Amino acid sequence: MKSNAIAVKPSRTDRIVYIVNDALLVLFLIVVFYPFFYILSCSFSSGTALNSGRVVLFPVEFTLDGYVAIFQYRDIWTGFANSFLYTVAYTAIGLILTILAAYPLSQPGLVGKKPLMFLFLFTMLFNGGLIPNYLLVVKLGILDSIWALVLPSAVSAYNMIVARTYFMSSIPRELHESAELDGCGEFRFLFSIVIPLSKAIIAVLVLWLAMWQWNSYFNPMIYLNNKSKYPLQLVLREILLMADVDFTKAATNPDMFIRNQQLSAILRYGTIIISSLPLMLLYPFIQKYFVKGVMIGSVKG
Amino acid sequence: MSQGNAILKRSKRKYFVTHWELYLMLLFPVTFIIIFNYVPMGGVILAFKNFALRKGIFGSPWADEYGMGNFIRFFTNYNFVSTLRNTLVLSVYSILVNMPCAILLALGLNYVRREAFKKTVQMVSYFPYFISTIVLASMINMLFNTRTGALGQLYFSLTQSNILADAGQFANLYVWSGVWQGVGFGAIIYLAALSSVDPQLHEAAIIDGANVLHRIWHIDLPAIIPMVTILLILNMGSVLNIGYEKVLAMQNQNNINMSEVISTYSYKVSLAASIPDFSYGTAIGLFQSVVGFILVLTANKTANKLTGVGFW
Repeated sequence: MKSNAIAVKPSRTDRIVYIVNDALLVLFLIVVFYPFFYILSCSFSSGTALNSGRVVLFPVEFTLDGYVAIFQYRDIWTGFANSFLYTVAYTAIGLILTILAAYPLSQPGLVGKKPLMFLFLFTMLFNGGLIPNYLLVVKLGILDSIWALVLPSAVSAYNMIVARTYFMSSIPRELHESAELDGCGEFRFLFSIVIPLSKAIIAVLVLWLAMWQWNSYFNPMIYLNNKSKYPLQLVLREILLMADVDFTKAATNPDMFIRNQQLSAILRYGTIIISSLPLMLLYPFIQKYFVKGVMIGSVKG
Repeated sequence: MSQGNAILKRSKRKYFVTHWELYLMLLFPVTFIIIFNYVPMGGVILAFKNFALRKGIFGSPWADEYGMGNFIRFFTNYNFVSTLRNTLVLSVYSILVNMPCAILLALGLNYVRREAFKKTVQMVSYFPYFISTIVLASMINMLFNTRTGALGQLYFSLTQSNILADAGQFANLYVWSGVWQGVGFGAIIYLAALSSVDPQLHEAAIIDGANVLHRIWHIDLPAIIPMVTILLILNMGSVLNIGYEKVLAMQNQNNINMSEVISTYSYKVSLAASIPDFSYGTAIGLFQSVVGFILVLTANKTANKLTGVGFW
């Protein structure tokens, strides 16, 4: 608070409020952090300790068995590769299409802007629903392919509005006018002036698009049949929620059934950690764009 | 008048000629939304038919009761009331809990004196927002497992019951895990509103002897109330639109009575069914879309009337 700069001694009530506030926030930190810490500890604990529920805070009977099993579990790594491919393709297509829509619609003099904007905004109000979308994907012949995941939701009206707001408020009109006088075309202006000036909004869009695709499981679940095409989230769903761990794929000795059962328990905890690892590594770099995105998005379109 | 129109037309044509590149750019995204958003909207006609895969959407016969058969089936089905109730409970409960929590967090952060501590809390608070639905649902299952989970054991020792198998606890788990995941994200917008408060107001209040609680009540809350009103109304507009992902991931045999919402039900009778009923599923989806449409429009009108701020 800037107001703390003035030299008025805080009253007794104030001091109590500050202390209670700090204490509550520390409690909040613990509540947010504990589930992650618990899962991390479980992933390093032995199967017997987990099955008897002895892990509360720190690892019990420390072991790396879970991680060894994960590294041999091929589906997880195929899932990683698939997710990576889908995310990169979806983010690239979505970003290009969003900018191609947002830039023209940010031009104040654009003839026909109202109906065009309406065309986009209406998609936020009404949609055909699950089955018409599914039948469209079937009709287009892209079922069970990457295109079913990356094409249908590549253009989102919300992203377009956020990008448009940014272009309108951050690219000076005079720049466009003088470029126009110098005979610079719109494509060239977009690529050599607007995009280099819009790194912040591009980072926000990339973050949103990538996060959406990386984390989604419902669309892959309905559009993909072939297990070798499953993205990470679907593999996780089988391992974590359907408790379906197939050890013939883990290349461990199939005779060790009991050991495998315990392994499948530890494997689940480790899987959560491994699958969140890319995010944890990127997190410090992306979190500021995340805040920025919310701020730009909150300005009305 | 006609001369004016002619000039207008000519200037429009001139605009098209000089700015054709803008329209070329728009061609791609517009084609995309026409194919992937507007074509499926036309597909809702399926809701009024008895769909047969071989005959296609247009070749299929109309549903009975003048095409309304699928809707009548849904409204008279015993699942209608329960899925509608579950949908409303989950979304209204979510809104009513999420907003106050986000506001409290924002107020708390606003009065932290050490900047480093504030930054730390904020950074940690966003983190859960990034994890996927599948991971969230499995973390809930692991933590609250009666036999092996730390919190599940604690809950069992207090109540002698299994929280994951208790349908009555589904809404609590759903909503509070949502708070855990989204409160940091939700607080960002209120923090921004709080930081836009003129510091002179606080200084004047301090000199007049107001303590922190007075300042929160008389300065901070009035500053965020317009934002709260708008967000509340807009959220109410989307009460029926609970996504599939989280509910489906958290569903199990024990909580199905409380966890079956309209969207998951439409999925179960169509794509997930052994004998898929596409027309029935489309009708349920269309009901949800139409009510959602009316609610969003009403919400916007209300927000507009009350605060002068709306989206269209």
